[in-house]
Amino acid sequence: MDALNTAKYELCLRLGDSALMLGNRLAEWCGHAHIIEEDIALTNISLDYIGLTRNLLTYAAQIQNLGKTEDDLAYLRDAHQYRNALLTEQPNGHFGNTIMRQFLYDAFSQLYYKALFESSDETLRGIAGKAQKETEYHYRHSSEWVLRIGDGTQESHEKAQEALDELWMFTADLFDTDEHYELLLKNKIVPDMGKIKEQWTKNVASVLKEATLGIPESTYMQKGSLQGIHTEHLGYMLTEMQFLQRAYPNSNW
Amino acid sequence: MDKTDNSQGTLWEVFIQANAGIPHKHAGSLHASDAEMALQAARDVYTRRNEGINIWVVPSMQITASSPDDSGAFFDPANDKPYRHPTFYKVPDGVKYL
Repeated sequence: MDALNTAKYELCLRLGDSALMLGNRLAEWCGHAHIIEEDIALTNISLDYIGLTRNLLTYAAQIQNLGKTEDDLAYLRDAHQYRNALLTEQPNGHFGNTIMRQFLYDAFSQLYYKALFESSDETLRGIAGKAQKETEYHYRHSSEWVLRIGDGTQESHEKAQEALDELWMFTADLFDTDEHYELLLKNKIVPDMGKIKEQWTKNVASVLKEATLGIPESTYMQKGSLQGIHTEHLGYMLTEMQFLQRAYPNSNW
Repeated sequence: MDKTDNSQGTLWEVFIQANAGIPHKHAGSLHASDAEMALQAARDVYTRRNEGINIWVVPSMQITASSPDDSGAFFDPANDKPYRHPTFYKVPDGVKYL
């Protein structure tokens, strides 16, 4: 792969792996949500993200041109080869933790895919076109929940604030860029991450304020996903996700 | 406690319009805390397979229904009035939607 293709491949992993982890995390809720309506909503969103994963990893495999498939990429890499944002691999916790994680990521993806729809790369434009409608709905769903649990009862407010405090340090990692990203930006393939971050910060602050939640004062931010440095949670997820392919290589149905 | 108000939120009735120009049809019911959440839940529960283009949600409490006890007085009198059905007319050729 030349430099530009390598950069595109990295981008597809970045976005595709994030969607894969969130999709898996949300699927863990299947049969466990507090009401059946939300159970269906979370699994709908999960499937949207898995669909997005398929599009992105299929494209990644195509760029890589080594005869691999989306499944090879999803199920046969090791933890340090994943490029998903740290936020997306964080555990579900209680419903408030899940919704807060979802809100912080949806606020990002909603802006990002809208901007990626302007990409000079036709395939990415197509993928973004479909994703932007889905993520617009996801953002509406999670932000409405944040308003209700943040500005709900004393207990729901405390749990929402705790969830926000725990997840906040993973938010800067969402906007991390490297030399690959710079090259894509130069070729007008991706949006300027600085602008996305600026808008994200505004949107998130406005919802949190209305939800009577405070943005954590701690400025410590954990990064590293672009270099494949993950939190300990990813390994456990992969163990479960990859079990079948590892135990029965090349199995299919 | 009211039957339509419990820990899952209040009960809402969902009406879906399948296509432009045709009436909304009752699709089912669901629980939600308020109108916006009811709308979203209706979208997720009842329109996953392209069932519609528009959704109404109505609090079940707001629906006034006739009672089964009323059915004699309400509906039986219509039984012997076949002239109310437009079956005594000839449909002109070429009329598709009647």
